[in-house]
Amino acid sequence: MMPLIEVRNLTFRYDGGSPALNGVNFRLNPRESVALLGPNGSGKTTFVLHLNGLLSGEGSVEVCGMKLERRNLALIRRKIGLVFQDSESQLFMPTVLEDVAFAPLNSGMERGGALERAMAALKTVEMEAAAARAPYHLSAGEKKRVAIAGILASGPEILALDEPTTFLDPPGQRALAELLADLPQAKIIVTHNIGFAQKLCTRAVFFQRGTIVAEGPVDEIVSRFGWDLALDRSKSRR
Amino acid sequence: MHIPDGFLSTPVWAALDAAAAPAVGYMARRAQHAFDESKIPLLGVMGAFVFAAQMINFPVGIGTTGHLVGGALLAYTLGPAAATITMTAILAIQALVFQDGGILALGANTINMAVLGVWAGYLPFHLWGAGKNRGLAVFAGGALSVLVSATLAVAELLMSGVRIAGSVLGVSFALFLAAAALEGAITVSVVGALEKIQPGFVRKPREGRSFALGAVALAALLLATVGLLFASAAPDGIQSLAQQAGVASHARTVLTTPFSGYEAAFVRAAWTRKALAGLAGIGLIYAACVVIGRTVSRRGSA
Amino acid sequence: MHHIVLERWSRGRSALHRRDARAKIVALLVFLVALATAERAIPQLAAALFLLLCAALVWARIPVLAAMARAGVALPFAATFAAVSWISGDAARGAILAVKSYLSALAVVTVVATTPLPALLRGLETMRVPRFLLTVAQFLYRYLFVVSEEGQHMAKAAAARGASAGRLRFRVAAGALAVLFARSYGRAQEIHGAMLARGYNGRLPTAAAPRFGASDAVFLASASLAPALVRIALDRFA
Repeated sequence: MMPLIEVRNLTFRYDGGSPALNGVNFRLNPRESVALLGPNGSGKTTFVLHLNGLLSGEGSVEVCGMKLERRNLALIRRKIGLVFQDSESQLFMPTVLEDVAFAPLNSGMERGGALERAMAALKTVEMEAAAARAPYHLSAGEKKRVAIAGILASGPEILALDEPTTFLDPPGQRALAELLADLPQAKIIVTHNIGFAQKLCTRAVFFQRGTIVAEGPVDEIVSRFGWDLALDRSKSRR
Repeated sequence: MHIPDGFLSTPVWAALDAAAAPAVGYMARRAQHAFDESKIPLLGVMGAFVFAAQMINFPVGIGTTGHLVGGALLAYTLGPAAATITMTAILAIQALVFQDGGILALGANTINMAVLGVWAGYLPFHLWGAGKNRGLAVFAGGALSVLVSATLAVAELLMSGVRIAGSVLGVSFALFLAAAALEGAITVSVVGALEKIQPGFVRKPREGRSFALGAVALAALLLATVGLLFASAAPDGIQSLAQQAGVASHARTVLTTPFSGYEAAFVRAAWTRKALAGLAGIGLIYAACVVIGRTVSRRGSA
Repeated sequence: MHHIVLERWSRGRSALHRRDARAKIVALLVFLVALATAERAIPQLAAALFLLLCAALVWARIPVLAAMARAGVALPFAATFAAVSWISGDAARGAILAVKSYLSALAVVTVVATTPLPALLRGLETMRVPRFLLTVAQFLYRYLFVVSEEGQHMAKAAAARGASAGRLRFRVAAGALAVLFARSYGRAQEIHGAMLARGYNGRLPTAAAPRFGASDAVFLASASLAPALVRIALDRFA
């Protein structure tokens, strides 16, 4: 079975800094959902930004069998949809509909078709009623849904979500988890929210100092690193 | 100082609209060239930053506060052409959404603050921003940008026939100087703090500018600005000055012919003469900035 | 905040709201020029134009008194100069300045309250205003309140730590500004990343220019003729 994403020995450093990624190897299989866990600053977001070429380091990245290169950047960016942590930065167009139609319009689709596609994506996330509104006035949960619609509109095969539960209250988090569980795409989810990861992901990888130090079922990784609020467990580990 | 509609006489606002349009068009092409369209969000968000910055108050003393205007700071960080575009966008949003400044007066406000204010503010930085007088250059730029903008606004009002008594004018000037000094001080401390956060934020002008040339350019800019104010306040003053100095009559004709020598009907009215004299002054400052801008860009690309 | 009001008004559905932005921009310019160039019979002209604006506001179902209050933002500046003019011995001129600037502001409020800003900017684009400038203005408006909120949070945080609100010490205020600058810069980079991730290729897709219909033409003709005719009649007969 061909993996959707195959990353080999990826290394990257920000200008003049110590390496932010240090020899990362990673693989994503079709229909799989993987949680990216690990401390702040361990390289999770930097890693995700490499998957569609927003950053590029040494090593190789393959998406849907294509090597990530300048010439197939546009194609790869359609295959993998990136949902940023702060929806406010992602929803940059004046109205919800224009924002969701941004990717289809950029891919050269004619206007009518692009708007139709955007409306369909909004329906998927149950936000079609907000089409004419300004993103600024939406709630955090609504913003996240619209941001996901903006990604779905380009018909991706992989969704990469960076801290999707930030700014969401528990019912909002639950609703988001239900929405994501219904989407057929393979997912990469960067999160500190263990409940969210357990609900959605079958597998977890653990980042530390720019590299993946462990992988396995979510529960196993969580208990191994004491990665939840149960303090006694982390104590017993020492 | 955002001039609302209704304050400027028709020749003044019309001429300044006509001057602002090509100036902004030219700057837009330059900024686009320097940045490509990838940086559009940067200019927009930095415009929003300048808006927001005006809510952070700086203590001035005796219970009063002031805030950043931002033209010079934008020029130091984004470059002068991009700063002009960002300031123009700010002025347009202020006029449309906040009723701060007029629509017909948008050209005047743009020339005052986004074009001449920004470029006057950039000049000292461009000349001395790399040397050991960097702090002074940053201060001077901030101060100059506010001083030039305010002076131009007052000159345009005077040209339009708004009567401002001499004493009021004096007080306003004292206030302008204070506002200019404040802008300079704020700009210096923000630039200092920015360089601590990330040195790359503030541009590095090239070293080795001729001090004399810079001083002459700066003096010319200041003279033109102050001269413009006097010309618009009292266009007849130049004529009487020439007479008092005992200049021969033909010299007087040479000096004053363009504005008041001809007895054509359209220059007979006092306000027309004021307007013409003042507009010629603005034209001179404009030309100076265009020439300086051209030289700057040529050196930059060389 | 005041802006919310204007934005809410602009989403109305009256006949005036539905008119093409370009027609309203041209009518506004005619109105402003008719007012700005007037030198005779100002009180009568002002009264007639005021009634015209009131009629437009009523037609658009916008609360007239609230709109009038909104336009009052222009008054402090006008009043200052009216006072200066008065001190300098020209009271009548001072009054004219105040009236002219107030009516001009009310006219702008009427147009902006019946036209969403994106539509207004799009209208200006088809009228040859540089696209680069308008796109910058669009982003500026989109992130205006986002960045302002961040600024307010920072002022509050500083106040909570002892600096009495509005009287931060100079250096603290400068530091806060620098941090706000850095954050805005970071946000701009994130926005750019989000645009690239969705296939941005250097040109923002714009909505197709709306069709300029027959009712727009009729509106344009009558809305521009009205102030012009009032002005001509008063110049002749008053």
